[in-house]
Amino acid sequence: MYQYLIRRTFGALVVMFAVATLVFIMLRLVPGDPIAAMLYDVGDPAAIEEIRRNLGLDRPIYVQYGIWLGNALQGDFGNSIYGSRVEVSRLLLEALPRTLSIASISFVVAIVIAIPAGLIAATRRNTGADYAVTLIAFIGLSMPDFWLAILLIIVFAANLHWLPAIGYVPLSEGFWPWFSHLILPSIAVGTAFSAIVARMIRSSMLEVLNMDYMRVARSKGLSEMTLVWSHAFPNALIPVVTVIGIAFALLMSGAVVVENVFAIKGLGRLLIQGILNRDYPVVQGAILVVSAIFVFSNLLVDVLYSFIDPRIRYGS
Amino acid sequence: MTKYATVLGISDEGAPVDRKSGFFTAIRKDKKASFGLIMLSVFVFFALFASWVSPHDPTAMDFDMMLPPSWEFPLGTDDLGRDLLSRIIHGTQISLFVGVTTVVIALVLGLIMGVAAGYFGGWIDMVIMRYIDLLWAFPNFIIAVYLVAVFGAGLLNVIVAISLAFLDDFARIARSMVLIIKEEQYISAARVSGASDFRIMWRHILPNAAAPIIVQATVCVSYAILGEATLSFLGLGVESETPTWGLILADGRSFISRAWWLGIFPGVAIMLTVLSINFLGDGLRDYLDVREVKDV
Repeated sequence: MYQYLIRRTFGALVVMFAVATLVFIMLRLVPGDPIAAMLYDVGDPAAIEEIRRNLGLDRPIYVQYGIWLGNALQGDFGNSIYGSRVEVSRLLLEALPRTLSIASISFVVAIVIAIPAGLIAATRRNTGADYAVTLIAFIGLSMPDFWLAILLIIVFAANLHWLPAIGYVPLSEGFWPWFSHLILPSIAVGTAFSAIVARMIRSSMLEVLNMDYMRVARSKGLSEMTLVWSHAFPNALIPVVTVIGIAFALLMSGAVVVENVFAIKGLGRLLIQGILNRDYPVVQGAILVVSAIFVFSNLLVDVLYSFIDPRIRYGS
Repeated sequence: MTKYATVLGISDEGAPVDRKSGFFTAIRKDKKASFGLIMLSVFVFFALFASWVSPHDPTAMDFDMMLPPSWEFPLGTDDLGRDLLSRIIHGTQISLFVGVTTVVIALVLGLIMGVAAGYFGGWIDMVIMRYIDLLWAFPNFIIAVYLVAVFGAGLLNVIVAISLAFLDDFARIARSMVLIIKEEQYISAARVSGASDFRIMWRHILPNAAAPIIVQATVCVSYAILGEATLSFLGLGVESETPTWGLILADGRSFISRAWWLGIFPGVAIMLTVLSINFLGDGLRDYLDVREVKDV
């Protein structure tokens, strides 16, 4: 177990190092000079040269890489080259709680929808309810999340005026102001995931309901409720937990997109705006933080499995 | 174990679908799949004959700005007075084109990498799989965004970015299929009879690995279409003169409180296309009897 943990952690660090290196190299290979783009209306070569020197862009690339990596390890990603030139680390620190709030609330939304839907579909197999759940799940998977976001804004913000259409309020200004700004984004992000989980629960429940021990339990005269809740559901959950592993990936990439619809300055908006503005320090910082979240949540999920299901043994 | 892909094996149970009667008979019996096939055919027709089918020029501006749906403009007009229906019909071209080309590129490259890794093993396997593992650690969409960040926006770059993002899915499936099939007796038989490595891979392994790969390819087309729409919506996709569904939604977004049709219909087009491909993929999965280990 410990050997497995050490091996996986080492692997995750190697992936992060590879990502950091690739990001550094690739963003320097791109056509289009950020300084030229920044000063396109100045056009003074001397001014451009001075800024280059200040940013260290005149040094050999391996020196730049060493400095950059050292700084990045200390959480210093440089300054944004756009607008008021804020520190990238500050932008990232402000963005992180927003994205994580959306991701976690949408996770709750998805699970709250998926568990009853999946259970109903499985226990009433081949009825209208089952077909409805299956169809809705298919539609949920086929809807682009950003479009669902627009639909939610049209209905609940523009017409019913129940919830705010855009923006973010920090939790420190009260629970409801914070939560009300996150409801619509979270539904938009969580729907696709809830469709996946509902289908997962359905197929896994159907498998479990056919097991011999279910027949035994039923022949003991247990009620249908006890059968489903204490015999079938816990066993059906194990394969579902595996899919939770993809939850983070899916919800994070959903948040990256949907933040842009709701004008919430999370990691996704930072990343996309950075790309559009050719603000390379911001793009690099955002890519590294988003990547780190993926790599380490994958690690966490893999390790958690062995605790949830003792039958899983690693490293033997 | 992080991706919503289908990692597959061929089940040894009897096929649930009557395969003797052929593909179309099987599809016709499957309501979802036949809906998918019909719907998709409509969109393919739109894409092929866009200029004939659309009632107006998709780029012609007019003073009829933001008109609600009417007989003349069945889905209304946008903020520049352009006919929304004609724009959506023309948008079908880019969506389907990107969806198909990216998957073909990802399929070919992924198969070459996966089959080579599985067949030769050793250091080739190691090098290829390290690269695949690196891609595997991230969701496809995020990889596509990273690549667009490097290459810049534009149609060609979007195609490259999405196909590179999907490559690992195909490579993984191909490799695991090859590892299973490699042990079969008929491969040893082929080798004993003097077949070359290339011939064994091309004539013996690939045809037997086809079923799960076909299903994965179908599913990937729908993801690629969603990916293109999302990138275009975010401004990272196709240039603004070309009407694409993602761009039409991005353009209309600021006006949705006054013109709901701008926020609704382009999305309906995306959803129906993706839905019909998903239905078709599901039907194919049953027909080809591919067992899902991980559900999408």
